[in-house]
Amino acid sequence: MRPAESKTEKWGLLTVALIMVVLLPSLNAFTPAGTFLHVSNFSINLYGKYLCYAILAISVDLLWGYTGMLSLGQALFFTLGGYMMGMYLMRMIGNLGQYHQPIPDFLVFLGWGTLPTFWKPFSSFPFAILMAFLLPGVVAAIFGFLAFHSRIRGVYFSILTQALTYAACLLFFRNSLLLGGNNGFTDFKFILGYDLRSPGTQRGLYIATALALVLVYLGCRWLSRTKFGLVQQAIRDSENRVLFSGYAAGYYKLFVFVLCAFIAALGGILYVPQVGIINPGEMGTEKSLEAVVWVAVGGRGTLIGPVLGAIFINALKSWTTRAYPDMWLLILGTLFILVTVFMPKGIVGLPGQLRSLHGRFRPKSAPAPAASTEPKPEMAKTK
Amino acid sequence: MKSKLCKWLGACATLLLAFNAMAADTIKVGILHSLSGTMAISETSLRDMLLFAFDEINAAGGIKVGDKSYMIEPVIVDGASNWPLFAEKAKQLLEEDKVAVVFGCWTSVSRKSVLPVFEKDNGMLFYPVQYEGEELSRNIFYTAEAVNQQATPAVDYLLAQGKKKFYLIGTDYVYPQTTNLILYKYLLLHGIKLEDIGGGLRKDDSGKVISAGKYTPFGHTDYQQIVAEIKQFAAGGDACVVNTINGDSNVPFFKEVAAAGLTPADCPVVSFSLAEDELRALPTKDLVGELGCWTYFMSIKSKDNKAFLKRWDGWLKTEDHPGVVKEKRAVDSPMVLSYDGVYLWKEAVEKAGSFDVDKVRETLESGSISFEGPGGKNTMQKNHHTTKNVYIGDTRADGQFKILKTFMGVQGEPFLLKDLDEKLSAMK
Repeated sequence: MRPAESKTEKWGLLTVALIMVVLLPSLNAFTPAGTFLHVSNFSINLYGKYLCYAILAISVDLLWGYTGMLSLGQALFFTLGGYMMGMYLMRMIGNLGQYHQPIPDFLVFLGWGTLPTFWKPFSSFPFAILMAFLLPGVVAAIFGFLAFHSRIRGVYFSILTQALTYAACLLFFRNSLLLGGNNGFTDFKFILGYDLRSPGTQRGLYIATALALVLVYLGCRWLSRTKFGLVQQAIRDSENRVLFSGYAAGYYKLFVFVLCAFIAALGGILYVPQVGIINPGEMGTEKSLEAVVWVAVGGRGTLIGPVLGAIFINALKSWTTRAYPDMWLLILGTLFILVTVFMPKGIVGLPGQLRSLHGRFRPKSAPAPAASTEPKPEMAKTK
Repeated sequence: MKSKLCKWLGACATLLLAFNAMAADTIKVGILHSLSGTMAISETSLRDMLLFAFDEINAAGGIKVGDKSYMIEPVIVDGASNWPLFAEKAKQLLEEDKVAVVFGCWTSVSRKSVLPVFEKDNGMLFYPVQYEGEELSRNIFYTAEAVNQQATPAVDYLLAQGKKKFYLIGTDYVYPQTTNLILYKYLLLHGIKLEDIGGGLRKDDSGKVISAGKYTPFGHTDYQQIVAEIKQFAAGGDACVVNTINGDSNVPFFKEVAAAGLTPADCPVVSFSLAEDELRALPTKDLVGELGCWTYFMSIKSKDNKAFLKRWDGWLKTEDHPGVVKEKRAVDSPMVLSYDGVYLWKEAVEKAGSFDVDKVRETLESGSISFEGPGGKNTMQKNHHTTKNVYIGDTRADGQFKILKTFMGVQGEPFLLKDLDEKLSAMK
């Protein structure tokens, strides 16, 4: 088990949290535009998006890095949460849409005169939020129960999660589902009565996202240090042993899977009002794969690594698509290969790697032992 | 920390640009297309065409505002076929780069994704690809074909050919759904019987038709059953197929059509999403004789078009922009409509004497801005759509179209459904 956290670690975390939650939004709100310290509205909105991705990345890490279940469909829960939030936001447009009708534009488009029944309760914010957690949770619970009950593990589990998200993606593409088809939801105007276009609302959403991320991080960190967390890591390292020791590994896994669906959904809920669009493309398999890449690049099994990975890669994406348009996928691919070959522990493992490299040239000093929570590299091979 | 890094990088970039810009007055213009991901295959061609137009304008002395000339400085961003990223990039172009105008988007969903951004920041977007209409933003100018500049003229042509049965098929997304709903109403209005419109209807609880035609998902490959149904439908003669299938699915569809022995002579297929650029990648032998309808064909024999194609070829040989493919290029309608958009904007800016969005919009809306493009004369209307010529052609083995019919000066009209509904109820 990891040694008790040091004071510096605690202070470091506090500082980062304060910078994220307090400093950046204050710089946005209180410094005049154009000065060196000013954080523009555009940047604040962008960071909010990155932090939503970071929440998604944590959910992938809790599954993959801590429990050894590589989910290639985590974006499904993220998007489902986002869709439920989107339904609420669509209702809040009122009759300010293209057609000035009291129902969402795409329904008018499809020839509907009145609101379909299942849309009606989404005018209520609490109901939408409840559904945003409930729906992903129920999907995860059913899928997880079936998968873990049949002892589906390893690559088979990964493939099934990928199939699940792809199937959902095709389902949501259908216009007859009445959720906007390929276009999804967009052109949102208000949230809880606040204008989504105003910088103040966007700043508020950013702060909410930053807070959510800090809380999710602390929660997961706490969980990983409880007895539950130990069983979780034991399942990752050798599930059969855990079974023989009398633990119902399946239920532990189910719990983690549903919990991760909730975390991903939270990310999705905060994501939609900030980016202003949600559509089935977000459920595509490549989105979930991208999330896995963030975790791998950041360093899996560390919780902080995935956060760094998500922010780093998405910032890189934002930068590349402006500075070197049409090179983005090449850069992402190259980065992923380089990281897996040369930096197996990701960004978080880099200082350790440098230390040991340094130690090699100075043979006198004893190399520091690696932290014990790192997952075994051959984990994926277990059947 | 990250914001500092971003700022630092931003500062470097600005410095670099400042050095570039020292020589002459420049005006920043945004290009917002997918240069990576699934849509890159279509959208990079539009980027290339835009760069060509900018180079051409710059070589001719730039844009003249008052007594000053401005060179166009393109700011290219990649939407990476990712719709939330389109919104982010649009925001970046308008808020950070402060571009005067943006040319971009291909899919409807990308346009829907950036629309709120353009409205919030009062930007200006030129959109060049055929679309379903039912939208009119004060910040978007649609040089694209509206449904009445592609689908309904094609149906008019087929009606004139004596066709009496129409089978509607498409990919399940908003453009085919809307186009087919419009066509369904349009056909009824032109005396086609309900049972002669194939593909199926979907009705809501009150019995109102909300969707017409047969739909397959993106990337669908199995068309055997559907084509068998079409064959049965066409057995009585005088039938045709209206195809709004998108992308790769056209390959198995046309293979199946050819295998079933449906020839263009007895049951032609008219497609709205296949232009010369797409035909480069399709087995054209299965498509010979099938119909297409656009507002530009590469095979137009006008002097303007020939000169345009010559300049384009010359530019391809000499240009040095990164990422532009030089071999085996085709020009098609979305590309030419991008090109037309650039010149319409230039006209409007010069006439308004300002790059200010409100002033340029006012000038564009005045109806006095037009451009003699490769496909004929384009005039910007008050409703943000253009008046242009519509051409119908049949596909040849070399991936070009032979023009069969031209409709001159068709006005773009985005809102067709309501009008058709009114006419239909008047008929009853």
